[in-house]
Parts: sequence; C-alpha cells; structure tokens
Amino acid sequence: MNRLTKNVIGVVLALAVVVALCVLPLMLNKESEFGGADGAAGDVVLEIQEDFEPWAEPMWSPPGGETESLLFCVQAALGSGVFFFGVGYLAAMKKYKPKDAAK
Amino acid sequence: MKQSQKNTVKASVIVAIAVLCTTPVSAMHIAEGFLPPMWCAAWGVLFLPFLVWGIFSIKNKCAGNSKIKMLLAMSGAYCFVLSALKMPSFTGSSSHPTGVGLGTVLFGPAAMAVLGLIVLIFQALLLAHGGITTLGANAFSMAVAGPFVGWGVYWAAKKCKAPAWLSVFLAAFTADLFTYMVTATQLALAHHGAEVTFLQSWGKFMGIFAITQLPLAIAEGILTVLVYRMVSSLCAEELRILNPAR
Repeated sequence: MNRLTKNVIGVVLALAVVVALCVLPLMLNKESEFGGADGAAGDVVLEIQEDFEPWAEPMWSPPGGETESLLFCVQAALGSGVFFFGVGYLAAMKKYKPKDAAK
Repeated sequence: MKQSQKNTVKASVIVAIAVLCTTPVSAMHIAEGFLPPMWCAAWGVLFLPFLVWGIFSIKNKCAGNSKIKMLLAMSGAYCFVLSALKMPSFTGSSSHPTGVGLGTVLFGPAAMAVLGLIVLIFQALLLAHGGITTLGANAFSMAVAGPFVGWGVYWAAKKCKAPAWLSVFLAAFTADLFTYMVTATQLALAHHGAEVTFLQSWGKFMGIFAITQLPLAIAEGILTVLVYRMVSSLCAEELRILNPAR
C-alpha cells in the first residue's frame, strides 16, 4: 500500500468519525428536538433568579425558521467559497512557482 | 502610504470580504440582555487590550506576504463555516464548534481576538445570536480564552515532541471546549444568589455548555487536523515564517 492510499484511507476514516459524532446523538435521543444550548442556558438563568429580566433585546432577528436557514446556508456556502478559493490560490502558487524562485 | 501599509490594507480587505460574505445564523453564546450591565462592561474592558494586541500582531505577521494574507482570510472563513454548523449532541441539544483552532495554530492566539470579534459582531447584528451587550463577554471567551489556552496546549504538546497532527488536534479540541467552559463560568458568576450558590449555578451551566460541546470539540479537532495538513502541504515555507520554532 503506497503513501497516497494510506493518506486517503486516513482522511476517509477521520471524516467517518466526524459524521458518526453527528449521527449517533440523533439515533440515541429520539425524543429530542435538539434546541440550542443558549436557549437552555436562558431557561436556567430564569430558574436561578426568577426576578431576572433580560435588559436588552436583539435589534433585529430573522422572522422565522425559513429565513434563518437561508442565512445559515449563505453563511456556510460563502464561507467555504472563500476558504477553498484560498486553497486553489495556494495550490496554483505552488504549482506555477518560477523555477529560480524570484521574489 | 508605504508598501507595507498598503499590503496591510489589502489584507484587511480580504478578511472583510471573507467576513462580509458570510452571515452567521447561530451562536451558542450568551444571549442579548442575559448578563447584568456591570459584567458586560467588565468583560468588554478586559477584552480591549487583547484586541489592540491582535491588530498589531496581524499587521506585523501579514506585512508584505500575499500567501500569509490568504492564510489569514482562510482562517477567518474557516471560523465562519464552522460556526454555521449547528450540530446535534448527546445531551439532546445543539451547539456549534468555534473554528478558532486553525487560526490559533497558524497565527497565534492574539490574532484570533480580531477574527473572533468580527465573527461575533456579525452574529449579534444580523442573526440575533449572542448580542451587542454581551459582546465583550462572548469575545473574551471565544476570541481570547479559548485561543490562548489552545495555544498553550499546542505549545506544550510540541515541547513533548508530540506528532504535528496530535498537537493540532489537542489545540483545536481545547480551544473549542474551553470557550464554552468560560461561557458557563461567566453566566454562573453573574447568576447566583441566596438560594443557589455559585458552585451549584456553575455546575448547571457547565452541564449545558461543556457536556454538549464535548463531541463537537472532538469533531472540530479532527476537521482542523485535516485542514491543517492540507494547508501545510501547500505552503510549508509560510508556516515556517509564521512559527519559526517548528
């Protein structure tokens, strides 16, 4: 087995672990809706100090789940766009570097 | 304007584009209005020197090297992608990784104060997650405490001659987990009283944040190792410039 094959197998196995870490909780907690941990923390604050009132409101919040998931997709897509543009840029810089390395 | 300053401006534009193009949706940070004003101010003031340090650190490290500027933009973009990924956890609630590990390993912890703050501002303004009043506290946990502890672990792992992949994994894992431990501590410091002691309160918040975060921190560690290996195969020379001890 050459080095490239070993690398590919390593990467695939590592990604499989990441996917498993996401999927297993879904299979183990069938009842849960997986709400955000920040919401849960807000509930605990009100539980500890019943008279506490949040003293500020967000200036703007998405009107609903659909808009929120739109913004979520835009974030992930453009974030990875910038990231992989960088990967392509660096790969090209490496490949087409002048032989005498003029800087 | 000197050439070096022009280059610095270019770097800031690259980062700004990376950041402006992304509108984060969710942050498991302290929600708007949930910290008393005194604590908001205290954490904000504490964060300020790190921000100034970070700006100078970025300015010095990026001067005149376009590949390093690209690496900085990529570190920021990595942060944005990972903080968009709300992942289910074993506790039955969701949270997201922070993504500060990659930039910490590449640029050191000070630079992350700037990148992390930009992420948090956009999350607070556009998506009503985190908050402007709690910005100082959230910036301190995600952009200062996490990266600095991650950097310490990275440095210690390298001193122990750990392989590069293990050092990077531990740095990203610790930076992620420690961020949320600090968040829990910040909430507990502000919210305890006569009936509920500080320790009881701390235990509750740690239960929500740290335990939920554990599997996510492992996932972030693995992803960061994969990305780091890719980056280091593409520009080994720049990594040596950024981190001469390697």
